[in-house]
Amino acid sequence: MSVSEWLGSPVNWVFLVVALATLFSSWRVVTAKNVVHAALYLVAALGGTAVLFLMLSAEFVAWVVVLVYIGAVLVLFLFGIMITRAPTGKDVGLDTPHKTWPALLSVATFVLLSWASIQAFGTTQVESVGEPTSTEVLGLALLGRFVIPFEVVSFVLLAALIGGVTIARRDLSPVEEEERRAV
Amino acid sequence: MSAFLSDLFANFWVSLAGKLLLVALMIPLVGMVIGYAEMKLSAKMQARVGPYFAGGRWGWAQLIADGVKFFQKEDLIPEEADRPVFKIAPVLVLISTVALLVVIPFGPGIIFRDLSVGVFYALAISSLSTVGILMAGWSSGNKYSLMGGLRAAGQLIAYELPLVLAVIGSVMLAGTMSMSGIVEAQIEAGYPYLIIQFVGFGIFMVAALAELSRIPFDMPIAESELVMGYLTEYSGFRFLFFFLAEFANMFTLSAIAVTLFLGGYWLPGIPEDVLAYAGPVIVLAKTFLLVFAMIWFRWTFPRFREDQLQSLAWKWLIPLALANIIITGAFKVYL
Repeated sequence: MSVSEWLGSPVNWVFLVVALATLFSSWRVVTAKNVVHAALYLVAALGGTAVLFLMLSAEFVAWVVVLVYIGAVLVLFLFGIMITRAPTGKDVGLDTPHKTWPALLSVATFVLLSWASIQAFGTTQVESVGEPTSTEVLGLALLGRFVIPFEVVSFVLLAALIGGVTIARRDLSPVEEEERRAV
Repeated sequence: MSAFLSDLFANFWVSLAGKLLLVALMIPLVGMVIGYAEMKLSAKMQARVGPYFAGGRWGWAQLIADGVKFFQKEDLIPEEADRPVFKIAPVLVLISTVALLVVIPFGPGIIFRDLSVGVFYALAISSLSTVGILMAGWSSGNKYSLMGGLRAAGQLIAYELPLVLAVIGSVMLAGTMSMSGIVEAQIEAGYPYLIIQFVGFGIFMVAALAELSRIPFDMPIAESELVMGYLTEYSGFRFLFFFLAEFANMFTLSAIAVTLFLGGYWLPGIPEDVLAYAGPVIVLAKTFLLVFAMIWFRWTFPRFREDQLQSLAWKWLIPLALANIIITGAFKVYL
């Protein structure tokens, strides 16, 4: 398919705009000079991802990205940043001299992944599977056929949760314990 | 004429523009009606008269005058503020409210878009406003604003969970996440889910009050402690955006509660063909009943303390909501 043919379809235009916006936001996450701005660009990047999922008719996954990543994870990010250090304007402590190797590593990862997918699929077009998978089917599969992996994942998350609480918790000294009881 | 109209609205772009226009008109209208009700009801509860002169009688034009006043005001941005973030924040909060209207069924087939994951969409979109509030609090460059934003975020995170868990009971009973599907399931069952989901309904309304940061959960904008919280530095039409979003959000969250627990556009004894016309009226009546209760709470209860708020969510509402889910599951399987 030629480029002009590809651009002839409005869906591809939407895809192009959303994908470029997502790419730009992801780029700004790393280069922003203010840590809150970086987190907000991450919100935009994840929003773009959600739109891409929507364009693939994966409605449930798209809204999971919004609810879990934007609504919970990033709100906690922002909360944590703002409660510790959040000057408006330029944040000087953000830059690092060790940029070269991470940059090379990310470029290498990108090249590897692109090369692998081009090798694997080449110019094959993915056929549309017809009807998008409904949330009902997804739920039945998760709690039916894949119930054991699902439970294992939730168990790992529970362990992480308990671990997090244990690390964050500070045991009170006997004096403090006494004071607390008095209140 | 009607054939011409239906032809016109069959066009995707025309119907899209029409729906957008309708939503854009609905938000200020609903905001003004609720704002006026708040003024008049609070006056009644405090033995005052309330707005009286604007519009000639009952002060009915008070909110219009207020709106015009807000637009005339200077658009102030503090020197220390982070300008782009400061400007985007109110828009984000308002958009998350407007987007909620999309999935509310106002009658059989009268819905902007019947998503198959409607309930989930509503919860996801409403969580966006938290980001907007945090942005507003931080970008103002004011310590009171930042504290207000942080309090709001802590509160919204805590009450997001009971809100989501309370909804699950109705979703389980109906077996679908589509908002109109849930109303149809209630019609088929012959009773609103309030009868078996009264615990879920209670938790939903308490969590909704907290999500709205309304008294008794208004610590984020506690005037006596934080000036006006994250709203402190906002003025003019940006303040109006927050103001509209709050009132419109009261409406949308109440409408979601009506859909999930009170049978939506359905009333017992009204035949199907009448419902098609009476639906929106019934939804509005039920919704405004809940909005009235919210206003009533505001003028009757004192403010919670921050630690009381957190322990109410984590120690009471979440365990209660989980127990409700288990019991609903047992009910669904064994009955």
